[in-house]
Amino acid sequence: MYRYTDFDAAFVAERNAQFRAQVERRIDGSLTEDEFKPLRLMNGLYLQLHAYMLRVAVPYGTLSSAQMRQLAYIAERWDKGYGHFTTRQNIQFNWPTLRDVPDMLDALAEVQMHAIQTSGNTIRNVTADHFAGAAADEIADPRPVAELIRQWSTDHPEFQFLPRKFKIAVTGSPNDRAVTKAHDIGLRMVRNEVGEPGFEVIVGGGLGRTPMIGKVVRDFLPEADLLPYLEAVVSVWNLLGRRDNKYKSRIKITVHEHGIDDIRARVEERFALLRPAFTGVDQQLYAQIKSDFEAPAFADRDTAPFDQAYANDPVFRSWADTNLSAHRAPGHAIAQISLKAHGATPGDATADQMRVMADLAEWFGHDELRVSHEQNIVLPHVHKADLPAVHAALKDAGLATANIGRISDIIACPGMDYCALATARSIPIAQEIATRFDQLKLENEVGDLKIKISGCINACGHHHVGHIGILGLDRAGVENYQITLGGDHTETAAIGQRTGPGFSADEIVPAIERIVDTYLSERDSADEAFIDTFARVGMTPFKTALYGESERKQKAA
Amino acid sequence: MPAIFTPKVVTANALLEGDVVYLTEADTWSRTLQEAEVLTDEADAQIRLIDASSRTGEVVGVYLADVTPDQNGPKPAHFREAFRMSGPSNYPHGKQSEAL
Repeated sequence: MYRYTDFDAAFVAERNAQFRAQVERRIDGSLTEDEFKPLRLMNGLYLQLHAYMLRVAVPYGTLSSAQMRQLAYIAERWDKGYGHFTTRQNIQFNWPTLRDVPDMLDALAEVQMHAIQTSGNTIRNVTADHFAGAAADEIADPRPVAELIRQWSTDHPEFQFLPRKFKIAVTGSPNDRAVTKAHDIGLRMVRNEVGEPGFEVIVGGGLGRTPMIGKVVRDFLPEADLLPYLEAVVSVWNLLGRRDNKYKSRIKITVHEHGIDDIRARVEERFALLRPAFTGVDQQLYAQIKSDFEAPAFADRDTAPFDQAYANDPVFRSWADTNLSAHRAPGHAIAQISLKAHGATPGDATADQMRVMADLAEWFGHDELRVSHEQNIVLPHVHKADLPAVHAALKDAGLATANIGRISDIIACPGMDYCALATARSIPIAQEIATRFDQLKLENEVGDLKIKISGCINACGHHHVGHIGILGLDRAGVENYQITLGGDHTETAAIGQRTGPGFSADEIVPAIERIVDTYLSERDSADEAFIDTFARVGMTPFKTALYGESERKQKAA
Repeated sequence: MPAIFTPKVVTANALLEGDVVYLTEADTWSRTLQEAEVLTDEADAQIRLIDASSRTGEVVGVYLADVTPDQNGPKPAHFREAFRMSGPSNYPHGKQSEAL
């Protein structure tokens, strides 16, 4: 893992000292809220519905056990004993008081963490494939790239007052687990025809009010050109971006308004100007960073304990079937820890649970943990022989839910239970859907199905790319939930299509049940996943199930 | 004919804790909606809002929220205000825990 240099540590310490003084000046009245707000946002501090919220960056979703333990300590010492892992691989604390935040930031700095650029119109925390460095299908580990981008973008003087926020995601695998096509810039690590490493650069993706799938602006960018090229993209948008209209300010609108060819030409022109300024220091740095992400020494051991447990323990088998993924090293697995126990808040973990996960990472997982954008925790490197012990410990901590990728593994934003921007709640809807399908014992029968819920049009819950997306709105003073179907968050990214009129909070779970029933009766075999059935049969049977035959005909007439 | 004015309360978040607060007739900030001053006249409401907004050392984000007057005090007119009044629905971590 990357370790802070003296420069990094001094930078974070200085920022924390500045923020401590800013908080004091706000409290003693020398700063107004208008003056203070941009300062607190630069340090990840929001004011939400019921309290302040501190969003802490988890760079590319990677945590050590010491960092996870410190998050547990912060949750207990200054919050209400839990934290919320987000769809951008970060963690949010929902209940800090203003006076405590400087101490929380100092506690984070002790484990080389901070909250800088987790808010505001800056380049935000860079996200990456949560299986980075472990996945069997990986070409290269995306985290050194993400770390390089983080160092370049942190406090970048040209990019502190962008037209709007800017999000970058990196994947090193052809199977995109980082939703790169729904980011301002998505980077796919590829090799050219002679085998040299580089990137496919995707620009102008995004969800929110105007969902857009990103477009390829450069199909092969040599590795050494990365930073000047990114700088060119961001600076072109920095000038063109619509500062006059918040809803049109993201780069997706700029790309849409100007067209990808025009943007490409401008970027290339700017790139030609910037490229000579990058003399290779960035590449030396990149080489150093890469050495920080050397793969651990994977042991060659007998997997008999795994095979035995798998054969004899049905609970373990069910967990192994859903929560494990293929690792690149023989005898190893990637284990996902579901933060989606049926009826629980998606993405939440208590301090005790965080400590259990930290212990397991330390004992069995080469001291590494990941936060996935699907709001689960990953132990990326576990030897199969250790999995029965890992599973037993998870079971004791209420963390052994076997539902990764299943209908109850729901992404949900905090919604109106916490968020000041939300137009409806999302957490209770997720809780009810998960509880209902658990009661029906249908999860395994239904198989791979991603439900994603957002409590407002800003789409933090990624609803547009959910196989089933749910968007909570305020319709004439009542919570109302619109459904989209057929969204795809992978390398074949697609925006879901709206089914029709929305449903009330009481009607939404039965509506989801009707959709699932329709899928079960329409699929050609148990092997055909929901998304494939939808692609084959289209919207019609689902619309009929939701709204009835007559209404559909009326609407068509 | 002018539109009928929906009764309002002045509400905000406390500067230090972030808690939802309401302005009372006595010019104090209460954590309880029932104790809020109900404003039934638009001109009054605007003046109370302007005065409250200047109390930047105590509160953040002052605005007028619609309420429905009731014999037990004002009730939130919109579900957002109902959640602000009671706290989140997934844990008893907000105001609902203080009421216990």
